[in-house]
Amino acid sequence: MTPAGYPAADFPVPARRMSPVTGVRNTFTLTWRSLLKLRTSYEEVLGLSLTPVMYLLLFTYVFGGAVSGDVHSYLQYELPGILVLSVIFSTLGTGMALSQDIATGVFDRFRSLPISRTAPLAGAVFGDVTRYAISVAISLFFGMLLGFRIQTSPLAAAAACLLVLLFAVAMCWFSALIGLTVKNARSVQWIGSLIYFPLTFGSNVLVKTQTLPGWMQAFVKGNPITFLTDAERGLLVGGPVATPVIRSLLWALAMFVVFAPLAVHIYRRRT
Amino acid sequence: MVATTNAIEAFGLVKRFGKTQALAGVDLTARAGAVLGILGPNGAGKTTAVRILATLLRPDGGEAKICGYDVSEDAYQVRQLIGLTGQFASVDDGLSGTNNLVMIARLLGMSRADSKSRAAELLDRFELTDAAGRPASTYSGGMRRRLDLAASLVGRPRILFLDEPTTGLDVRSRNEVWSIIRGLTADGVTVLLTTQYLEEADQLAHDITVIDRGKVIATGTPDQLKTQAGSKVLQVTPADASRLAEVADLLAERSGLTPSANPDSGLVSARVTDGALLPLVVRELDDKGIELAEFSLRKPSLDEVFLQLTGDKS
Repeated sequence: MTPAGYPAADFPVPARRMSPVTGVRNTFTLTWRSLLKLRTSYEEVLGLSLTPVMYLLLFTYVFGGAVSGDVHSYLQYELPGILVLSVIFSTLGTGMALSQDIATGVFDRFRSLPISRTAPLAGAVFGDVTRYAISVAISLFFGMLLGFRIQTSPLAAAAACLLVLLFAVAMCWFSALIGLTVKNARSVQWIGSLIYFPLTFGSNVLVKTQTLPGWMQAFVKGNPITFLTDAERGLLVGGPVATPVIRSLLWALAMFVVFAPLAVHIYRRRT
Repeated sequence: MVATTNAIEAFGLVKRFGKTQALAGVDLTARAGAVLGILGPNGAGKTTAVRILATLLRPDGGEAKICGYDVSEDAYQVRQLIGLTGQFASVDDGLSGTNNLVMIARLLGMSRADSKSRAAELLDRFELTDAAGRPASTYSGGMRRRLDLAASLVGRPRILFLDEPTTGLDVRSRNEVWSIIRGLTADGVTVLLTTQYLEEADQLAHDITVIDRGKVIATGTPDQLKTQAGSKVLQVTPADASRLAEVADLLAERSGLTPSANPDSGLVSARVTDGALLPLVVRELDDKGIELAEFSLRKPSLDEVFLQLTGDKS
């Protein structure tokens, strides 16, 4: 059998360099992909929406009486913390999705295409911002149904939402890093939980720092999640704002500057 | 453009993973427009070779060129020329068939409308139109493989890498994939196909490179490989099965080798190198009054060649 054959020049000469526009377009396409999956997966939407509801019901009614004496005043204290808790935990999804994309070979396909090398990561992160926004909206909305009241201004509340989203976007690069380094999505969940649990619960999201033993206070006071929760409390129910907001932003920036390039580097090098 | 008649050229590819030497100096050449079959057992290094050629993996040594472009230096150009279908169907389970293809088309820079029509065209070609709107997670193994193939063809690649495209498929799905691959060659696409199935290489490949333990152990057309193995196989089936032993004795005497007689199938086969033996055997069988049900001389199957090439060294 002889091959059909074709003249050697029978294909378009490939472009030498990728234009930056291509990179932006690729990122948009992959953001679209991420959102499309959200639209078609009922389980994911349900999980995203019900998790904050579950946190609120459990923590408010289980801890409320013991921590603050009554449920309502605890809700005012705890809701900004629940907001942080829900969003931070939803960033784990970023790493799990990436890990799954690697395991199923979807990333191999992306890497064999003439597309921007950072687009698959950036697209995933952009898509996830929507997920975090859903988590924030549900926490706030359901909290208000239970009786939470914003005691500042709508503008301050908007700033609170924006801040927690920014923080989550920085944090999700850490999650992405885990997703790119461990074996599978299950490992992401295990390792992520081992880091996320002490980080979130070892803060003032649920209880006041003063009630903790001294050594624990030291940890809590240095924990970036504490700064973020303080900032959220300041912006939603009142109290000092400037210092915790600046600290949260600095932490977010630091995490982004460290983890994003590292994740991109590992993604490019991996296999 | 560099004028070249070889679409794929690789020299001395070396790759190790820790202590495992996956490739120990592999040369590969695929003629433009031909199907190159890379044949080898599990763990021979086939997938590693494909991953290097498809720019997913950097070789530790050696070099590879796709249409004259170096896979390490000019990876971006190479990616514009190739399509890849992995060993494990790499479609996005969460997306529908249509959206999987539209996504690739959009990534390749096609407009929204062009992407949709290209997706529809490919889904139609691969008989997936009925399942176009369903998530890929609901597809059968064969459907996924076809979608995966379609995804690798969205950008009309000149070179297509198929890493074990039929592993795990039932016979019907396998035949479908085979006919798709034949159709592609007719379009002038160069195909590099890895397989552990000799029949597949025999059916589809113009050229075959056999690799084992990271090394090339044989190259050639399927016919050359069969001839390279030297001897032909003479098969005799006596009409009367009880005379099997007589036939076996006669063949042993004439060929000087021990023939294998299978009482179940009533078949005696022997390796012969001398074609002149045949009339002699026929005459003697006739003299003895042994009536024949079957008498044939054939080239060894690729299976036999393959076992001969890889088996002896273990």
